[in-house]
Amino acid sequence: MPTLGSDMEAGTLVEWMKHPGDTVKKGDVIAVVDTQKGAIEIEVFEDGVLDRIVVAPGTKVPVGTVLAQIRGTAPSPPAGTAPQEEPHRSRVSPMARKVAADRGVDLALVKGSGAQGAITREDVERAAAPASAMRTAIAAAMARSKREIPHYYLSTQVDMSAALTWLRAENEKRPMTDRLLPAVLLIKAVALGLRDVPELNGYWVDGGFRAGAGIHVGCAISLRGGGLVAPALHDADQTDLTTLMRQLQDLVARARAGSLKSSELADPTITVTNLGDQGVDAAFGIIYPPQVAIVGIGKIAERPWVVSGRIEPRPVLTATLSADHRASDGHRGGVFLAVVDRLLQTPEAL
Amino acid sequence: MTPDDFTRVIGEALTAVAPEIDPKSIEPGVSFRDQFDLDSMDFLNFVIALHKKLGIDIPEADYPRLYTLDNAVAYLASKAGAPRTADT
Repeated sequence: MPTLGSDMEAGTLVEWMKHPGDTVKKGDVIAVVDTQKGAIEIEVFEDGVLDRIVVAPGTKVPVGTVLAQIRGTAPSPPAGTAPQEEPHRSRVSPMARKVAADRGVDLALVKGSGAQGAITREDVERAAAPASAMRTAIAAAMARSKREIPHYYLSTQVDMSAALTWLRAENEKRPMTDRLLPAVLLIKAVALGLRDVPELNGYWVDGGFRAGAGIHVGCAISLRGGGLVAPALHDADQTDLTTLMRQLQDLVARARAGSLKSSELADPTITVTNLGDQGVDAAFGIIYPPQVAIVGIGKIAERPWVVSGRIEPRPVLTATLSADHRASDGHRGGVFLAVVDRLLQTPEAL
Repeated sequence: MTPDDFTRVIGEALTAVAPEIDPKSIEPGVSFRDQFDLDSMDFLNFVIALHKKLGIDIPEADYPRLYTLDNAVAYLASKAGAPRTADT
């Protein structure tokens, strides 16, 4: 049972997506697990053959428990074998079925919000009663953060004129389905900025800083039933804007449909929270442990801005950094925000 | 298409983005964002859903004309009846 966050202690095995004897590859979804953050798809960490299933569906086990045994390296598929496809999904997710049975919800009366109208666990929970498990998980993580992490807070105002002008022109050239949101530019700028200040990208574990294996930006996504999750956009610094936008759209859709993957929840090396849509001027976040930093984004608003001694109206946003003082100092945090600002002045290079 | 047809399509596009929305509850003059707590991603997906359902291109500059039901119905009706080249 992998840990999907510092606040996770156990999970319930819901369904196996592979069977003994099946060839599995790193990244394949092998099982669905129910956690406080909803139903999560568990991915395989190595190539091989599923040898034995250890934990039966319906069993709740602590983090660290062996769920199944995978044997050796997988034999090469015969020539001409089609790439493995995602496991077939029914119109009702397994977890949704289980929750519906547990709570006596008639699935015929539930409207599906998942892909092709699939009924998700959240749909069922919405139809039954509001769940408090996620609230409990958030409470545990945030209380631990405030108890253990000595936060420092910085903010800077960023002139978004260049970014928005470029974005407007860029979106005019793009098909409707590939238009970009300002949020994607901000995420990319944060990811690239972390290359210059790597001590903000990683974890504080066992009394020391451990750098992230990549720059995996966790995006705080609010859920319609309440609560939030912050799954990762992997290697965001190396991903072009078009791909990043598609990944973000996909991540938001799956977060709200309750079908995130284990690596997406476990891998973020930093979090970005964007509350601009809610009209917030500046967001000072609480670090999600064991991460060491969270970047807050406020709304883009017309503000007076001094340019060459003259005051002009400019679209401006406030970017903030909450960082762990054990892992970095305010000077380095300031450097990071300055780099993010500088990157947003040349959006074509993002 | 009649205004009722556009209202139905708008309701479908909204529920595709936010399934909890009851199309019958939409207040015609109040912005969708305020009524249903939509964020930028939701609104973008709403516009894309309209594009896919109606086959019309919607320039980004026109997004504000889709903020309320009343405005959206009027805008879509004008787009559906206008030559495509005049819209972009």
